[in-house]
Amino acid sequence: MTVLASTRQGPKRKHQRLVLVALALVAMIGGVLLAMSALKDQAAYFYTPSEAQAAKVEAGKAIRLGGMVEVGSLKRGPDGVTVNFRLTDGKASVPASFSGITPDLFKENSGAVAEGAFDAQGVFRATNILAKHDERYMPREMEGITYDPKTHKVEAAKP
Amino acid sequence: MIAEAGLAALWLAALLAGAQLLFAWAAVAKGNADALRLIRPVTVAQGVLTGLAMTLLIILFLRSDMSVYLVAANSHSMKPFIYKFAGAWGNHEGSMLLWVAVMSLAGAAVALFERGLDKRTHIATLGAQAAISLGFYAFLLLASNPFARLDPAARDGQGLNPLLQDPGLAFHPPTLYIGYVGLSVAFSFAVGALLTRQVNARFARAVRPWVLAAWILLTFGITAGSYWAYYELGWGGWWFWDPVENASLMPWLAATALLHSASVLATRDALRAWTIMLAVVAFAMSMIGTFLVRSGILTSVHAFAVDPTRGSFILILLGIYIGGALILFALRAHTVNEGARFDPVSREAMLVINNLLLCVILALVLIGTLYPLLTEMMGVRVSVGPPYFNTIIGPIALALMVVLVIGPMLRWRKDDAKLLLRRAAVPGGLALLALIAIVGLSSRAVGLLPTLGLAVAAALALASLAPLWKRNLLRTPLFTYGMVIAHFGCAVSLAGMASESAFSSERLAAAKPGDTYEIAGMTVRLDSVMPFAGPNWTAMQAALTVSKDGRVIGVAHPQARFFSDPPTPTTESVQMTRWNGQLYLVLGEALEDGRWQLRIWWKPFVTFIWLGGGLIALGGVLALIGRVRRERRNSKAQASAAAAMVAA
Repeated sequence: MTVLASTRQGPKRKHQRLVLVALALVAMIGGVLLAMSALKDQAAYFYTPSEAQAAKVEAGKAIRLGGMVEVGSLKRGPDGVTVNFRLTDGKASVPASFSGITPDLFKENSGAVAEGAFDAQGVFRATNILAKHDERYMPREMEGITYDPKTHKVEAAKP
Repeated sequence: MIAEAGLAALWLAALLAGAQLLFAWAAVAKGNADALRLIRPVTVAQGVLTGLAMTLLIILFLRSDMSVYLVAANSHSMKPFIYKFAGAWGNHEGSMLLWVAVMSLAGAAVALFERGLDKRTHIATLGAQAAISLGFYAFLLLASNPFARLDPAARDGQGLNPLLQDPGLAFHPPTLYIGYVGLSVAFSFAVGALLTRQVNARFARAVRPWVLAAWILLTFGITAGSYWAYYELGWGGWWFWDPVENASLMPWLAATALLHSASVLATRDALRAWTIMLAVVAFAMSMIGTFLVRSGILTSVHAFAVDPTRGSFILILLGIYIGGALILFALRAHTVNEGARFDPVSREAMLVINNLLLCVILALVLIGTLYPLLTEMMGVRVSVGPPYFNTIIGPIALALMVVLVIGPMLRWRKDDAKLLLRRAAVPGGLALLALIAIVGLSSRAVGLLPTLGLAVAAALALASLAPLWKRNLLRTPLFTYGMVIAHFGCAVSLAGMASESAFSSERLAAAKPGDTYEIAGMTVRLDSVMPFAGPNWTAMQAALTVSKDGRVIGVAHPQARFFSDPPTPTTESVQMTRWNGQLYLVLGEALEDGRWQLRIWWKPFVTFIWLGGGLIALGGVLALIGRVRRERRNSKAQASAAAAMVAA
């Protein structure tokens, strides 16, 4: 029975199944390679201000910068929608600027993660700001970070 | 007492699930007749018990019983009724109970209503369903008991996260969960069919309605969730590639592929092993989705708690079920005979390409979602967002839409490439016209992807109607209409996405009362900002008058709200819907000099995105009704034919 079936229609049938399996493999491998190459260019790395300075992040490269908004640094521009502030991790502090409506809990002495890139002058131009959202939720990178406004001391939990 | 009754119901249900698995084994492997008789009542009883447990939890939330830990931690006696009700699943334990309840109710439905399947495969399917349920009962009872008591009782609850205090909460999680869990049914069918070696067209016809039902709810849930995020967050975006969004998208992608391959299997008896594999992948994605959401492992606005024990529990379940299914697949794959052959130019071939593209998109979303997790384990923190997803998924999704233009024009098994070219000429021409119109008429530079998107949308809108061409519309089966409407919905949605990304305009300003802003030919004036009080929040509320050509077309009241339990500020944006798009208005912070931040977007045809999603789901509903009716009629016809044979 099986012998009959395979001699009558076997080879061609096997062939089609093989083609399908090969196609699926090619598509999946292609997909994974594509994902890997895209991740290399498009994944945004997270830095604290001191890490960003140490790593000499080049201007224009999209990153996430996380730290505490330094006390006394938060200033609003005359247009009412641009804010300038400094992000600190206790070891270093970086000037940053953002245009838009800031999150509800974005304030001095509070944790924030800015998405964006440094400009040529070394100012971090944020395109988006994530702040601690409520008492229970905060950006994951900010977990465990505490900040003392008097001494500017920051204790960061390393992953 | 209610809490204890709920817990008892759950334990009893778990015992019944164990019995169900045992009976299924005895019936299928040993041919035990008693087990065969008992398995369906046991399955139904298990469904009833978990349904009861869920109902009891809702009652506890409605009564604000603060002696129950879950209620005290997530509810508040002053909360509006609907949020007490929906708050029952707006937390980890409650949502897992909802998951289990839906799963065992779906099992009961399979026991009661499934008629098309071979008897032994049906029983094996119920056994597989019981095996999955058991794992989730263990998770619920050992690691996330929703009925745990609090002693002494709290004076009042801690309240529900204000972001979740929205009517969307009442519908969004249940629809998505039913969709997720519906895929567990497809998985159980696949395991049942592998165990009894019945992977064939009959299996596909039986599994198709269940996959369709799950897929409809996922489609609806994703569409609703997207609109919810769009208006609730006040960020103006409709898809953020947030891990939680991806968690719902991945099962949908797998289910869409499964739906189409099950169609091939049911109609042409081809793609057998392929369909089984997709059923396993689809449920794996449901479980990965649950893992991502419930473990709180990723940065996300949805992740409220981090609890590693729960995450590892789900991972272990994932390993057991998916690993087990894959081993079974490897052992049985050679017994699955290859189905019917088809030509490279045929509808089957196009559906294979559809499946491949969907799987590639699925892989890209999965990798992009998990990548930050993997690097974090190695001490490097990265985030993967829209730049990654849009750049690589956009073009592939567009290719998928092109395949969707061509696919339904082809005949099954074998077709002629020349004839296809002739059939595709009209939609192709339309796409070209659209392309010329956009490039020629648009006053601003439009990106390549949105331009192509609009052109393909035009072609697809026309081509999706082709299956109705030269047909008697009254005699066309309902499921054909379903397909046409769903595919047309893809065109509508694609047009909305492309238009939103190409033609949106934005104003950002600090305004004092009396200031006006021009946007897309409309004038927005800030009249006043006044305090306003709601049931459990206070707000500052702006009055914005929108006029066009000197005529007032509406007044909008966006708010900056402040909730007291827990203390949280939120923004309530306002969307003014016009026939050709939406005006999106957000009130920001007050400045020291009395000005208010104001953000205004004009988003042309953005509503098409969700309208299209709704059409896709509607198409699914029509297809489901059409298929079920057809199967009923067929089985009746068979029964009467059999009766006639006996009579003769």
